[in-house]
Parts: sequence; C-alpha cells; structure tokens
Amino acid sequence: MDIFTDPTNIDAYVSGFLWILKLTGASAVCALVLGVLLAAMRVSPVPVLRGFGTAWVNIFRNTPLTLVIFFCYFGLYSTLGLSLADDLNLNNFWLGVVGLSVYTAAFVCEAIRSGINTVPTGQAEAARAIGLSFAQTLRIVVLPQAARSVVAPFGSVLIALCKNATIVGTIGLVEASTVMKDLINSYGNAVILIFLVFAGTFAAFLIPTGYFFGWLANRLAVKR
Amino acid sequence: MRIKRAAAIAAVGALSFAMTACGGDSETGSSGSGATGIVGKAESQKKLVVGVKADQPGLGLQTGSQYEGFDVEIAKIIAKGLGVEESGIEWKTTTTPNREPFIQQGTVDLVVATYTINDERKQKINFAGPYFIAGQDLLVKADSPITGPEQLEGKTVCSVSASTPAKRIQSEYPKAKLQQFDSYSKCLPLLENGQVDAVTTDDIILAGYAAQSQYAGKFKVVGKTFSEEPYGIGLKKDDKAGCEKVNEILRAAASDGSYKAAWDKTLGSSGKAAPELDTSKLTNCGSV
Repeated sequence: MDIFTDPTNIDAYVSGFLWILKLTGASAVCALVLGVLLAAMRVSPVPVLRGFGTAWVNIFRNTPLTLVIFFCYFGLYSTLGLSLADDLNLNNFWLGVVGLSVYTAAFVCEAIRSGINTVPTGQAEAARAIGLSFAQTLRIVVLPQAARSVVAPFGSVLIALCKNATIVGTIGLVEASTVMKDLINSYGNAVILIFLVFAGTFAAFLIPTGYFFGWLANRLAVKR
Repeated sequence: MRIKRAAAIAAVGALSFAMTACGGDSETGSSGSGATGIVGKAESQKKLVVGVKADQPGLGLQTGSQYEGFDVEIAKIIAKGLGVEESGIEWKTTTTPNREPFIQQGTVDLVVATYTINDERKQKINFAGPYFIAGQDLLVKADSPITGPEQLEGKTVCSVSASTPAKRIQSEYPKAKLQQFDSYSKCLPLLENGQVDAVTTDDIILAGYAAQSQYAGKFKVVGKTFSEEPYGIGLKKDDKAGCEKVNEILRAAASDGSYKAAWDKTLGSSGKAAPELDTSKLTNCGSV
C-alpha cells in the first residue's frame, strides 16, 4: 500500500498526532492545577467555595465534551470575541485546551476528593490540634497522602483526555482523527487499514501509559 | 460460575446470529438487483433505492422523512424514465465517503448526490451524466470586496475538513487561512458575523445556502469558478446498459423541459437561471 509511504500523508499523520500530544500535554497541566483547586474548594469550610466546586463538577462532568468544545469556539470566540492567538490554528488549539481543561478538571477534582477520603480523619484532626490552618492541613498533611492514592485514577483520566483530544477536530484543528477522515476520503478502498493504523497508534501511546501509571501507583501507595 | 459461562456463550451466540442475519439481509437485496442492473430491477420490481445527500439545501436536503432538492428532482426524472413511480423510490442518505461502498455493495441502486465524476472513482463504479457542471466558488457577504480566489491572501476561508475544495485552497492558495469544520452549515454564522471572510465549495451548493430564507440577501456567490466539477449519477461498474439508459433519459429531459422545471423548482430561488444541459458531454459509460 502506498498510503503510508507517500511523504505528504506521513507528514499529515505525524502532525495530526503531534497536535494530539500537545493538546493532551497542555490540557493535562491546566486540568491538574484546576482540579486540585476545585478539590480544595469542595472540602473547604467556606460554603460559597464548596458550592462553586460542586456546581463546576456537576455542570462539566455531565455535559458532552463536544458541546463544551463547541461552546469554546462558538460562544467564547465567535460570539464573545475572545481570541487566544492571532494564528488560526493556534487559536483553535488554545480554545480546545480551554474546553478539555475545564472538562477534565471536573474528573481530576473528583479523583482527588476520593483520595482525600482515604486519608484517615485522625490525620486532619492531629494537624488541627498542633495549630495548622485549613490551607496548611491540606497542603502539608492531607493532599500529599491523598495524591499517592489516586495515581491510578489519574492514569485513567489522562488516557481519556488523550482520546478526547480528537474532539477538537470538530472546531477545525487538523488532529489525528481529521487526518484519518481525510485519508479515508481519498483512499476509500483502504478504510480498514487506515483505521487500524490510527487505532494502533493510539493504543501504542496509551497501553504503556496505563502500565506506567499502574506501576507508579503501586510504588507510591501509602501502605496502611 | 458455570451459569455465568453458559450465559456468556449464549450471548455470544445470539450476537453472531444477529450479525449473520444482518449480513444475509443485504445479500439478498444486492443479488436481486445486481444480476440484471437497474433497468431490470425497475422493470421487475418497480422499485429503486436512490442515494442522495441529506444536508445540502437546494440539492439534497432531508426535512423529516422527506428529501428535496435538485438532485432529488433529477432522481425522480430518472426513475420516471425507468418506469418507476415516485412512491416506488426509496431514498437513502449518503455521505461523501460512503457513496462508492454503497453502490458496490448494492445498498443503493443509484447515487445522485453532488457526485463529481473523476477517474479514481471511475475505477470502482460507473457514471452516467453529467447532469450539471459545477465549479468551486466563494460565498461572501453581500458587501464584500472579494471578487476572486486570488484576493484571499491573509483572509480566512471556511470549508469542510478533508473535502476537495479545502484541499484545493491549501495547495493553490496557501496564503489564505483555512478554518475547517465538519459541515458547511457551521461556516455560515461565522461568515454572517465576519469571523470568516469567505466560504468555499461548489457554486451550486453555495447557491443553495444563499437561497435559505434566514440568509436571504446577506450573502452573494462571487461567480468566478476556479475548478470544474461535473456531477454524475453513480451506478454499479458493470451496469453499462443502465448507464446508457440514464443518459438517454437525461437527453430527453433536456429537450422536453423537465430538466429546466427541476431547476426552477429548487435552485431557481437562488436567482440563478437554469443552465443548459449539454448532452454532448454525457459519459460513454465506460466503453473505450
């Protein structure tokens, strides 16, 4: 088959997966930061923050990602005029990162919150007893222990994020799934081969990722 | 444990049975039509399955269970010529990538779906027609200064990802910025509020969008085509007799006015006069 030897197709294939990796990387960082903040809000003693965290999680976790990404393009950019970059592709990229981050942050938040629940109450009580503030208790005592118990769920969230990144193709970023559609349009007789190559590439990224997080979770787990 | 295993085997069995059942269905459908071609099928069964687009205003647009548009009217003319009543036509939605497979597998008998005749496709299927010569064009705001593709430098153009028009812009006018979506309808609101400067695809499709009531008077088709897209009617590769019959029907439609009537009924509302159907350009149905 000459599909995967033609240099233009190879370029498209590589650049498609590069966009996926960039989307995953940028969104993972943003979602992690946002998710930790949201988790802190959800366990905080301030009702307004708790309400905000709960609302965020319930809204974004229960909205289809396609709609979130569409809203980023047609709502934030097209209607409200929020432009994140002058270059068309970069603008679409960052709008995609915004959508993926706010969506994934909801899942990160819930993973961390479940991790906080694994830390025995006595730990927080002891921290309060020696005079640490809420923020100090969370930062020094609870979160480090919580984080070690949610490594495996983080792996799942990251894998889901990587696959979700293909949805940014709907707002015009030429990522892997758009490249696949493109190739299928031009090589209608090799649909299955093209599909297998793209599915295989995703699997080649993600299966090791899953094992890595499994190994890491084992290594970092707090043995109680 | 034992019960679970038995249940699993039963489930797998049921699934594979369901799959073979589906396979069997389509098989009988294709063997019935494949043997004698569309002429034979139209004669014996008085039925035809026609593939059309469902999302292109003016050409093939599905509203509820109804299909309407120029392609649909052309299909009706052909069915009538083959002796099939309108009630005997079964419409099927086809999309750009599934047209060849649908014809090859016999899911549809005919495809009339903005189907550009080209050599690559001719290797897999047979084309009758063309019944219309379209060309890539630009749709811009009514007050836009853009008069042709050479003025697109630095402008944003909207099209459908992985489509032929999008590729042509990338290769021939690389200085234009290309915003791609999965359908043209997403381009139109952006054109309306100025975030893209032009929408590009075949002129006849653009005319269909411009003729939609919510955009009446807001957009114009530039009218300077920079490609030639002859729209044909797709049939099975070995159905030479069917192809010749369809061409014959088109020839008759050009002279008796039913072609013009089909245009006036659909795309005529875009303000474009009915084109002449040039019968000298009809395909030779694969004969050398």
